Amino acid sequence: MSLLTEKDRPVVQLLMDTDTCPRCVLRFCCVASQTLYRRPYKDLMKDLKEFLKNNKEKEDTVCFDIADPPCKRIRLEHTEGPGDVNHNGALQQIPSVSDENAAMENSAVKACNVCLGILQEFCEADFVKKVCQKVNSADYQFTSFVFSVSLPPQLSVREHAAWLLVKQEMGKLGLSLARDDIVQLKEAYKWIIHPQLSEELNVPADGKSLFEVSVVFAHPETAEECHFLATACPDCFKPVKNKQSVFTRMAVVKALEKIKEEDFLKHFPCPPSSPKNLCVALEIQCNNGAVFVAGRYNKYSRNLPQTPWIIDGERKLESSVEELISEHLMAEFKADSFNFSSSGREDVDVRTLGNGRPFAIELVNPRRIRFTAEEMKGLQQTINNSSDKIQVRDLQLVTRSAIGRMKEGEEEKTKTYSALIWTDKAIQREDIAFLDDIKELKLDQKTPLRVLHRRPLAVRCRIIHTMKSEYIDEHHFRLHLKTQAGTYIKEFVHGDFGRTKPNIGSLLNRTTDILELDVESVDVDWPPTLDN
Amino acid sequence: FSQLQHHNYISSCRICVITLAEAHPLLQNGKTITSINYQISPNCSRLQNKVSGKSKRGAQFLTELAPLCRISSSDGEEYTIYSCIRGRLIEVNENILSNPAILQEKPSTEGYIAVVLPKFEESKSVTQGLLTQKEYEEVLLKRLNSSSLN
Repeated sequence: MSLLTEKDRPVVQLLMDTDTCPRCVLRFCCVASQTLYRRPYKDLMKDLKEFLKNNKEKEDTVCFDIADPPCKRIRLEHTEGPGDVNHNGALQQIPSVSDENAAMENSAVKACNVCLGILQEFCEADFVKKVCQKVNSADYQFTSFVFSVSLPPQLSVREHAAWLLVKQEMGKLGLSLARDDIVQLKEAYKWIIHPQLSEELNVPADGKSLFEVSVVFAHPETAEECHFLATACPDCFKPVKNKQSVFTRMAVVKALEKIKEEDFLKHFPCPPSSPKNLCVALEIQCNNGAVFVAGRYNKYSRNLPQTPWIIDGERKLESSVEELISEHLMAEFKADSFNFSSSGREDVDVRTLGNGRPFAIELVNPRRIRFTAEEMKGLQQTINNSSDKIQVRDLQLVTRSAIGRMKEGEEEKTKTYSALIWTDKAIQREDIAFLDDIKELKLDQKTPLRVLHRRPLAVRCRIIHTMKSEYIDEHHFRLHLKTQAGTYIKEFVHGDFGRTKPNIGSLLNRTTDILELDVESVDVDWPPTLDN
Repeated sequence: FSQLQHHNYISSCRICVITLAEAHPLLQNGKTITSINYQISPNCSRLQNKVSGKSKRGAQFLTELAPLCRISSSDGEEYTIYSCIRGRLIEVNENILSNPAILQEKPSTEGYIAVVLPKFEESKSVTQGLLTQKEYEEVLLKRLNSSSLN
């Protein structure tokens, strides 16, 4: 941290003369004391003017009351007076310091030519109130916030110009000024506004917070200022679809890093011009990070798809597993939308019995985020009371990383099934008994015809670990099987035109078909079982 | 021979399976199959058909009159099996090469000839161009009657 010292005087003079606001002046003098920036605008203005008035003997008399270690840089005599310009061609003549009294009487704040008002009006209590009003009316539940700000790209250009200006000035004193030495605009802005927001909202600012308040600033008046960069550094600007501007902040920053100083000064005024207007805050938005709810579901209907079944805008079957579960969660969490995923899935006409199938729902931008274990149980009961087609258990909040565990289950874990099988030729008990002795049966399954329109053609090797048969009559028996994840059971039973080999039909030397299928268990030990 | 020598099985997902129809000569008594050949021209073998991805890129495109294979019987006859529908060839049944018997024993299931996927826009018109089982039987009946009148 450093105080304003003698060496800063010409820089302060230079910047103040071109309508740079006091806080930007401090930034370019590398003053890093947060408290200073928080001082009221008027006071800072007064202090800087005082500083300029004081002559050499009264160093450090200005009310910057933080004790700092002495500046390590060499301090040279200030040899140039105001208005003395001897720079390279593109720099303008700086007018003499305007009368101090006249300046004080002029109460209207001129828009800063570097920050375009960000460190001026947008640090004031009025703006803070506006933001907090928006936050409070949006009715979110949160314990901290992160404030993110989107600045118009032309600010980077003006910053660059101001830096070149100050760098040259300091060069006259034999001092250097690296770009990184300057206090970043966004950083200074957050120093000032975070405590104010924090106080109004009653929660701390936290970079890792899931609750984000974001503001987008724009300055239409100077919107075209960056366009010259496209001709100077064409490869930094990639063509963009959707009518969006090619002059993104990132592209502009990249171009500024590349462009040579002389070229820059040819195309852009240094110091930057004074704008007529301040920036405007285009939008203030709130967003909560997603929450994840997991559980296991049972499916008792043979007429229910997992996801909505809609063809050409027409719904083919009423409702779906995901809608029946998510409907209530969406209402309670007051989310914008949801993403449903599960550890595998079953067909419309297949029931899911036993402990059920693990699922997880991502609730996007929820207004409510905290629920006790009791409340979750209550939610589970509500879902279960609302439908007899599905039931859920072990409903709980989980982290995003938990989804990975569930998907693991889909690829790796075994499933057990119960199938009701029909045969064309008669069977006796002895004819099916041998199935019970077959272990680790390897299958080659070509992509089933019934899904071939939406899946690539491939051959899958899958294993039937164990089987247990239950004779019913001459044309029916029940088969319990434990299989590797990803096995197509129906095709294993009827053979799918001979494209799954071996199959029950080929094993029994008959034509077989599957009448009913139930999932008996999904052998994944996630999510954790709760005492329901 | 009749244009109705093929039977198409379409599931609700637009996939078509080409099989021999009931009345096809090869399925009548006494015919023995001596060879099945998927090489339909010097440059084109249906066995070379390779598809990739969901949209089945690289598939040989078939029109109604595109030959799928040529089958010879022991009495010296050779039959060409045509696609009868427009679409991408997904696969031909290689099982009948190693086991020609299933072509005659289970013509509608394991003895299928080929799997074809019509273009999405054309799937409706393809379905409409086919006969139902009932309509097919009526046609056969008419044929029998007209031939017996000669």
